[in-house]
Amino acid sequence: MFVNNDVKNAMAMEERHVIKLSDPDHPVILSTEDLHVYYGKKEALFEGDLEFASNQITALIGPSGSGKSTYLRSLNRMNDRIATVTGKIMYRGVDINQPSIDVYEMRRRVGMVFQRPNPFAKSIYDNIAFALRLRGVTGKHKLDEIVETSLKQAALWDQVKDDLNKSALALSGGQAQRLCIARAIAIKPDILLLDEPASALDPVSTGQLEDTLLSLKEHYTIIIVTHNMQQAARISEYTAFFNQGRVLEYDTTSHIFTNPSVQVTSDYVSGNFG
Amino acid sequence: MKTTEQLEAKLKRRSKAAKLEIWGRLISLTALMLIVAVVVAIIGFVASKGIATFTSNHVSLWDFLSGKSWNPGVNGANGKPEVGALPMIVGSFLITILSAIVATPFAIGTAVFMNEISPNKGAKILQPVTELLVGIPSVVYGFIGLSVVVPTTRAIFGGSGFGILSGTCVLFVMILPTVTSMSADALRAVPRYYREASLALGATQWQTIYKVVLRAATPGLMTAVVFGMARAFGEALAVQMVIGNAALMPNSLVSPSATLTSVLTTGIGNTVMGSLQNNALWSLALVLLFMSLVFNLIIRLIGRKGRLQ
Ligand SMILES: Nc1ncnc2c1ncn2[C@@H]1O[C@H](COP(=O)(O)OP(=O)(O)O)[C@@H](O)[C@H]1O
Ligand SMILES: [Mg+2]
Repeated sequence: MFVNNDVKNAMAMEERHVIKLSDPDHPVILSTEDLHVYYGKKEALFEGDLEFASNQITALIGPSGSGKSTYLRSLNRMNDRIATVTGKIMYRGVDINQPSIDVYEMRRRVGMVFQRPNPFAKSIYDNIAFALRLRGVTGKHKLDEIVETSLKQAALWDQVKDDLNKSALALSGGQAQRLCIARAIAIKPDILLLDEPASALDPVSTGQLEDTLLSLKEHYTIIIVTHNMQQAARISEYTAFFNQGRVLEYDTTSHIFTNPSVQVTSDYVSGNFG
Repeated sequence: MKTTEQLEAKLKRRSKAAKLEIWGRLISLTALMLIVAVVVAIIGFVASKGIATFTSNHVSLWDFLSGKSWNPGVNGANGKPEVGALPMIVGSFLITILSAIVATPFAIGTAVFMNEISPNKGAKILQPVTELLVGIPSVVYGFIGLSVVVPTTRAIFGGSGFGILSGTCVLFVMILPTVTSMSADALRAVPRYYREASLALGATQWQTIYKVVLRAATPGLMTAVVFGMARAFGEALAVQMVIGNAALMPNSLVSPSATLTSVLTTGIGNTVMGSLQNNALWSLALVLLFMSLVFNLIIRLIGRKGRLQ
């Protein structure tokens, strides 16, 4: 009986379900078309065709090794020296996966925060000023101002405002990760990519980080990889489910978590995976 | 009850592994003690001999360190023996610092290329080349210096061609591989995530190398340079072959001069044990020993500072 029902359900479900976005308040700012990634001869990403809505949070979930990081790192060309990436990455109408794109200028618009907090062995202030100074912002007043607003946006200002000249390596994990966010947003990117930013943090820091991301949504488009499904459910508007190098399902987060169209997604979000 | 006793007996019996462990410890402890004893003996020997110049021959330390004429067999105008080591001390430091100044940019440049720009070629070509260069005996370097560098210097600057400049050229080539491979190690030790963080912020590769990688590797790079300096300071044979061995204050880079090591190697066989001439050479050896301790200390201090950062 049970088995029969399951089989019927499975057959009723599609194998793959990827929506196109049509929210006029949050137009598509970034999309990938037919994106494939190869590490040497090995193909690690087979189908990447997602659209990302501006000023929304999109979560990328899926089992480990399913290609989430591979996909995310391709979006700001961090895979350039490691992998071959074919297909289009359309950012505001421009394909940024062309060889002629200035990746340094592009990365200013598409910032990234990594799984492991990676502040430089410099002061808190210099960490945030780093990318600004690279771009020729040197005025003390201007730098002070941006450092302050970045730290405020990352909800770190109150904790470190008296210690700006102290080494960033002395910060706790959660603080360091928020410093990395402050550092990334100091150059005012359009899009912020985060790869499991909370996986090294305790639950309290994770909660604070999520609040920070929710408040950042107002200014930035956020794409976040997470292995934590509750986290995806809590903060994201859209969710993409990756499995074995493919995007199997992409829809609104509520759809993915309450009524997924693909059996494998259903198994994964309900914890029956594997 | 019975089983408890059995268990206790079993647990208390010295197993083969436990015995082996005791033996192993004994052997390594003996080896360690032996090495410590040898080191202490060497330092004690050099020190006792080196101090004799000042205790038995009544030369003042100040005259030794600041005197400009070196002629231990002869009494000077003031009736005291001429054992001024300043020319050699200056020669040693000059040649060490100059070769380090010339070698450092080449070494760091090569290390950056090997590690950051083209790791494949670096691993395939430069790594074995560096290792090969380290293995060449110093007499070979000295011989090449004598037959290539000295004539070239002579042709360009006139004079004999022997002197600090030729010595610097030879030492530069000799310390380059060591400094390069240690610099490469220092760069390799910079975590990959520093580079990723920098690139993700839109820094170019050069900006990343310059502002992040080299910054983070500074203690390691400094250690590499000091290591090279220690090697240059202590090198005897190759330097002796090209420097001219005249214990005079170097008045130019192309006039014959001497270093502590070159005077030692040329002189030690020609003096009688216990004589002032011999004791004075031991005093030079003591200065060398002291300087190598100083270099060691600097390397340690840098290492500690690097860890604290
Ligand atoms: N630098 C790399 N070189 C070779 N293979 C890699 C590299 N990074 C990831 N992969 C492979 O690509 C696949 C996807 O990995 P990844 O994108 O890290 O997955 P996820 O982030 O979902 O855990 C895995 O099979 C992994 O082994
Ligand atoms: Mg990953």
